[in-house]
Amino acid sequence: MTRKLLSLLFALGLVAAACGGSDDDASGEGESASGDAAACAAGQTDGDLAFFNWAEYIDPELLTAFEAEFGVTVTQDTYDSNEAMQPIISAGGSGYDLIVPSDYMVSILIESGDIAEIQKDAIPNLSNLSDEFASGLPFDPDATYSVPYQWGTTGLGINTAVVGDVPETWGLIFDPALADQFGGQITLLNDPRETMGAALKYLGYSLNTTSESELEEAKALVAEATTRLAAYESDQYDELLGTGETVIAHGYSGNFLVQFDEADNPDDFTYFVPQEGGTRWVDNMAVVADAPHPCTAHTFINFLLDAENGAALTNWNYYASPNAASEPFIDPEVLEDPIVYPQDQSKLEFISDTGDFEINFTDAFIEAKG
Amino acid sequence: MTDTVHPLTAHERAHESAESRRGFLLALPAYLYLLVFFALPLAIVFVYSFATRNRTGGTDLSGWNLDSYGRLGDEIVTRVVMRSFGLAMVTTIVCLLLAYPFAYFVSTRRPAVRGLLLVGVMIPFWTNFLVRNYAWRVLLSNDGPVSELTQLLGLGETRILFTQTAVVLGLVYSFLPFMILPLYASLERIDGRLVEASRDLYASSWASFRRVILPLSRPGAIAGSILVFVPSFGAYVTPAILGGDKKPLLGSYIVSQFLTARNWPFGASLSAVLIVVMLSATLVYFRAGGRNL
Amino acid sequence: MIRGWTARLLGSATGLVYFFLYAPVLLLVVFSFSADRNVGRWGGFTLDWYREFGANAEVQDALRISLQVAVVSTLIATVLGTMAALALERFRFRGKKVFDALLYLPIIIPDVTMAVMMLLFFTWSLDLVDTVTGFTLRKGVGTVVVSHIAFNISFVSVVVRARLDGMDQTLEQAAADLYATRWQAFRHVTLPLILPGVLGGALLALTLSLDDVVVTQFASGPGSTTLPVFVFSLIRKGVTPLINAVSVVMLVISVLLVVLSLIAQRASSSDEPATE
Repeated sequence: MTRKLLSLLFALGLVAAACGGSDDDASGEGESASGDAAACAAGQTDGDLAFFNWAEYIDPELLTAFEAEFGVTVTQDTYDSNEAMQPIISAGGSGYDLIVPSDYMVSILIESGDIAEIQKDAIPNLSNLSDEFASGLPFDPDATYSVPYQWGTTGLGINTAVVGDVPETWGLIFDPALADQFGGQITLLNDPRETMGAALKYLGYSLNTTSESELEEAKALVAEATTRLAAYESDQYDELLGTGETVIAHGYSGNFLVQFDEADNPDDFTYFVPQEGGTRWVDNMAVVADAPHPCTAHTFINFLLDAENGAALTNWNYYASPNAASEPFIDPEVLEDPIVYPQDQSKLEFISDTGDFEINFTDAFIEAKG
Repeated sequence: MTDTVHPLTAHERAHESAESRRGFLLALPAYLYLLVFFALPLAIVFVYSFATRNRTGGTDLSGWNLDSYGRLGDEIVTRVVMRSFGLAMVTTIVCLLLAYPFAYFVSTRRPAVRGLLLVGVMIPFWTNFLVRNYAWRVLLSNDGPVSELTQLLGLGETRILFTQTAVVLGLVYSFLPFMILPLYASLERIDGRLVEASRDLYASSWASFRRVILPLSRPGAIAGSILVFVPSFGAYVTPAILGGDKKPLLGSYIVSQFLTARNWPFGASLSAVLIVVMLSATLVYFRAGGRNL
Repeated sequence: MIRGWTARLLGSATGLVYFFLYAPVLLLVVFSFSADRNVGRWGGFTLDWYREFGANAEVQDALRISLQVAVVSTLIATVLGTMAALALERFRFRGKKVFDALLYLPIIIPDVTMAVMMLLFFTWSLDLVDTVTGFTLRKGVGTVVVSHIAFNISFVSVVVRARLDGMDQTLEQAAADLYATRWQAFRHVTLPLILPGVLGGALLALTLSLDDVVVTQFASGPGSTTLPVFVFSLIRKGVTPLINAVSVVMLVISVLLVVLSLIAQRASSSDEPATE
């Protein structure tokens, strides 16, 4: 029975593949699948690029320009969260070459062996990175596995026309004296690390705490704040704020800026990271460990690290660039915006993977909701 | 098909085994397909439910244990399950109440009109599912059309976005066709002459409905309620968009175990228990409903 | 036929359901012509979103793949699901109870669980094929279709069974005596009888396939993003009226198809004398 089943499975698999199409992969990938890919030279390509990226995160013209310059095709598929991307990559055999994970996800992928070391010789433009990024950040201490793409912060977007002048504090969410008057008009991110993190920051703790008692305190705060919320919302918080449905929203810097730009009265809105501190995040390019075309991936990274191309990324979606050489090409308006490039970064923290404590974060968040 | 046991003649027995073979062959393609592409993958998940989450959230296929099943008794799990159960029940009942008169009316039209009315039900669902949910969000928002209408009628502002009412409304909208289609399929085969005859036999049309139509439509109602109840029980996108995800439901709980906590063994054990319970309930429900026609 | 006030009451209930079903569709259509990026904030009339749809290869690809997947998986699942329903309602055979239970599983399973298991299964089985035969296969449109068929078979069979359950069999038995082959009996008697159920099941399957996100996302590979997966990935950056415009295009196509099939039906039924 088992043998019959397996042979059937095999036959059906063939049928599936026949409609699936995998023509370009037939040649020369047996070697790269082993993980010890041959060294790539700068500008070398070894086939078409399969790029797995956040939606609306790159100007399509950049992809076209790369295709034209190197004579390869770029297939881009998009995801909406690290959590949706990671299982697909970690399962192996995804077929993707290049992904754009955020900081904490980089460390998870490194530890589980799902991304390959960056071949620095193949990326001469690494020298364009600002010092802070070139030397490596906590999630990838020696910048061995990842190359920064863009960065930003998480904070609060405010409708000042309604809320008026208010102190820049997480108390707008967690302090009843400040927040009660805006009951039903607040949204928080539907993300355990961001939202529990905000509460931890308000309490003066690190958002990467692994102390159960600190998390317990944060949980009580979030539970109380839930009664004042319109919604937990990770996707349309900026639209809800822009259309007047809410007046205080927890979210990512760049999304707010794009939204404010389109509002009838951009001056009615502001964004800040509360004085207690908040999240700073970096999205990074990383080559998948079993990438079918690692050299094209490296060449593409090098392409995006070019001064003008790096600026094009930032001018397109208003997130800060790690690329120092690109600054002359970035719109001055964006470059001088303290929301995009906050001056004081001392209170900002990266979210880092807390290992088994991730379960506690998820549980605390769900229990806080009720 | 009768279940009565009686001695068979040789001829009957031969006929019976030929029938059995025929039935088996008819079922075979779907059977094999589901064995390979559903049962086998499901077995993998089942195996995962006994494994251990490692530090990075991967699953170590060693050190087999029952730990993740131990967590199923947690208070939060019970709360989430009860809440989802209630929501799915309400959704199913509302769908049945809306779909029944609809399906009945459609089934009594001329054949050409019937087809048109039925396809008309499905057309809205060939638009994108997220866009439909966001459309409801706009309709229900504080200064949206629904609110403006109630204000115009002097009923004051409507504030139902991000409430449980909005969630039920969204779920009913999403799953109404799942009730309409099977109900229609069973109502449509009812012979008009049977209804006429019963009308002559019984004095009132209510009695003829209760004695003739209702029993005949029962298989459709049963299939429809399963098709509505089950997905409502595990729904998470509509509750998040229209309810604001303030009260965790089973669907979002399972999703967060798999994706956010990256705790696949626990997600798998939750799913395994859910599947076993729901399957038993479904089979009992169908058999009970199917036999007492 | 029902008449009088009952008919009027039922008719207005039907109208109400239609109003409920089409209210969001109306809104969706209106905002596909709005210049504002936010659906829900009117920004003046524009056709830009339709122009962008015409120019945006990514969306067109996603739509094309969605339709391919939906049509292929619906066709296969409808045939397999109808056969399964007939076998279960009309025959007794060994293993029937297990099959019955197996058929309900895809309906019952939470979709994220099905997504995870398909991901693991495809990774494992394609790997197996690779090591056994040396033939490298990748996840893509094929694996998406395979997983859609897996859940659609069940939905089709449930609807067809609702039709078959308790249906008078005398006609079929007479036909079986009358016609030479079982196939002819099926083709000319049973199939027309169960057709409403089969069509209902197929409609349901098509809808499910066109709506699925999670299973598709986890079963797909490079270049096989369907429209719902594409839209889902957009929600963080904002779903613009472009997606409304795509939906309107799909609405128009489906309405056209319905009208065409009606005309075809008319033509064929006026050619031959009515059978009913």
